Amino acid sequence: MSAPAFETRVRQSLYAGRRWHPAEIAFWLLAGAACLLFPRQSLLLNEIAILALFALSLDLILGFAGIVSLGHAAFLGTGAYAAGLLAKHVTADPLAGLGVGMAAAGLLGLVTSPLVLRGTDLTRLMITLGVALILYELANSFGGLTGGADGLQGIMMGPVLGLFDFDIFGRTAYLYSLSVLFVLFLVARRVTNSPFGLSLRAIRDNPLRASASGVPNGKRLAAAYALAAAYAGAAGALLAQTTQFVSLDVLDFHRSADLTLVLIIGGAGYLYGGLIGAVAFKLLQDAIATFTPQYWMFWIGLFLVLFVLGGREIIHGAIKTVAGRFARLGKGAAR
Amino acid sequence: MSAVLQTFDLYKSFGGITATDHVDFTLQRGACHALIGPNGAGKTTFVNQLTGVLRPTGGRIALMGEDITKLPRETRVRRGLARTFQINQLFATMTPLEMIALVTSERLGRGARPFHALDRDPELIAETAEILSRFRLDDIMDQRIATLPYGKQRQVEIAAAFAAKPSVLLLDEPAAGVPEAERRELMSTVAALPADVSVLLIEHDMDLVFRFATRITVLVNGRVLAEGTPDEVARNPAVREAYLGEAAHV
Repeated sequence: MSAPAFETRVRQSLYAGRRWHPAEIAFWLLAGAACLLFPRQSLLLNEIAILALFALSLDLILGFAGIVSLGHAAFLGTGAYAAGLLAKHVTADPLAGLGVGMAAAGLLGLVTSPLVLRGTDLTRLMITLGVALILYELANSFGGLTGGADGLQGIMMGPVLGLFDFDIFGRTAYLYSLSVLFVLFLVARRVTNSPFGLSLRAIRDNPLRASASGVPNGKRLAAAYALAAAYAGAAGALLAQTTQFVSLDVLDFHRSADLTLVLIIGGAGYLYGGLIGAVAFKLLQDAIATFTPQYWMFWIGLFLVLFVLGGREIIHGAIKTVAGRFARLGKGAAR
Repeated sequence: MSAVLQTFDLYKSFGGITATDHVDFTLQRGACHALIGPNGAGKTTFVNQLTGVLRPTGGRIALMGEDITKLPRETRVRRGLARTFQINQLFATMTPLEMIALVTSERLGRGARPFHALDRDPELIAETAEILSRFRLDDIMDQRIATLPYGKQRQVEIAAAFAAKPSVLLLDEPAAGVPEAERRELMSTVAALPADVSVLLIEHDMDLVFRFATRITVLVNGRVLAEGTPDEVARNPAVREAYLGEAAHV
């Protein structure tokens, strides 16, 4: 094959990773239409969108860079308190709060990254867990600032972009959260398909070869960790703004643990895992809680055991089949 | 001829065991220099110090006349010192295309750019395509590396090191585990590398060594036993005794 022809093939192949799959477009259209299809479920949809953003954040470090964490709630909480405090004391503008929440959590990620990035998976689990526990106790102790166990109350939010007021049905909240999720998803999609994203996958696959290929592993992982922290901070900010309340619960261990479950359900490393996992996890939680409010944890636990033991292949296989059908549908339409 | 890679009095010990025993070594520009020696002679330990995987206990390493003894691995790669590994070190979930594109993007300084699109980078595409063609990986460039046959994986390993455009290429037993039939093809791609790439070859297959090397250093117990052209080394009685002797008895 001649050189220019082969270069064209190389270009097309590199582009393949960035190309929009018809199933992706369908996914986002459905997400947008959800508030029309289920007008009474906006509050739940909002929770799903926020959990999805939080899971996307963990996917960035776990699925793409191979960093395990059991303390991702540290960044969710930091973003929530930062946004909450800003709204209470400085400005009620949601986007300003979002930016401050992301910046605060991103900074915390950058500062703690040297601790987290040295060592093995096991030490990483312990250190991330430790950092989250420390933050929880700090938030508890500084009650004057955070409200302690009573939570941060009295947050009043202004309208989004000065135009859209938050309503009691959660419709604005959902559309706001979904918009933020979508924009940050687009950024994540771009980043993971960039040379930077490729180098993260390289480190995840083989750190020895990555450094032998000229990749400065430590710097790249620190950057990815800070980015993911900022994403979690955004999720926290959305949570604080749309519920107009921040409790210590945002820093609690179960937040980090739930998140791991979300990624296990959805699968890591392809960006949609956290989103699909969040939908499944929240719907399951909601459904079980409706018919047995006291024992829903039991059923979630049972489901997870069965899921990990064998159901995962079946469900992921079904998702792939559906995605494949959409692809054929899209091609058919293009012709 | 000028020296591209040198060690001065290089010394490495693990506890009480001396793995590299005061080695002075010089790799000349454009050479294909083989490093041979029996198992446990310290060949891989030596290479690991050159590339920064291990820190020497004493002595210095110079690349193009500059001291690199304490530089981190990735900086040595950027300065032009690339290597392959005795046991494949590949990115299992990537395709050969992605792996070569990664090395090329790091070499071109794109790696820290989070919003750069690989497919809109003509320079990167041209260089990636050139490497893939040179190493005959064009037909399999979209398959996952983990699914490739071993000989092809070995080819990817060498291609990835070469994609860093090194001035010095360290090949740690490139033909190890490759079936006899594919060895020649593998080594002929090595022999066809541009003359400005200096190669340090560690290899057990004496047939390959004497066919491709322009110079040979014999390492025994961490010490340089002999050095010279293939003819000189083959005639050296100490070498025959210590190393080639085994083959002579067969």
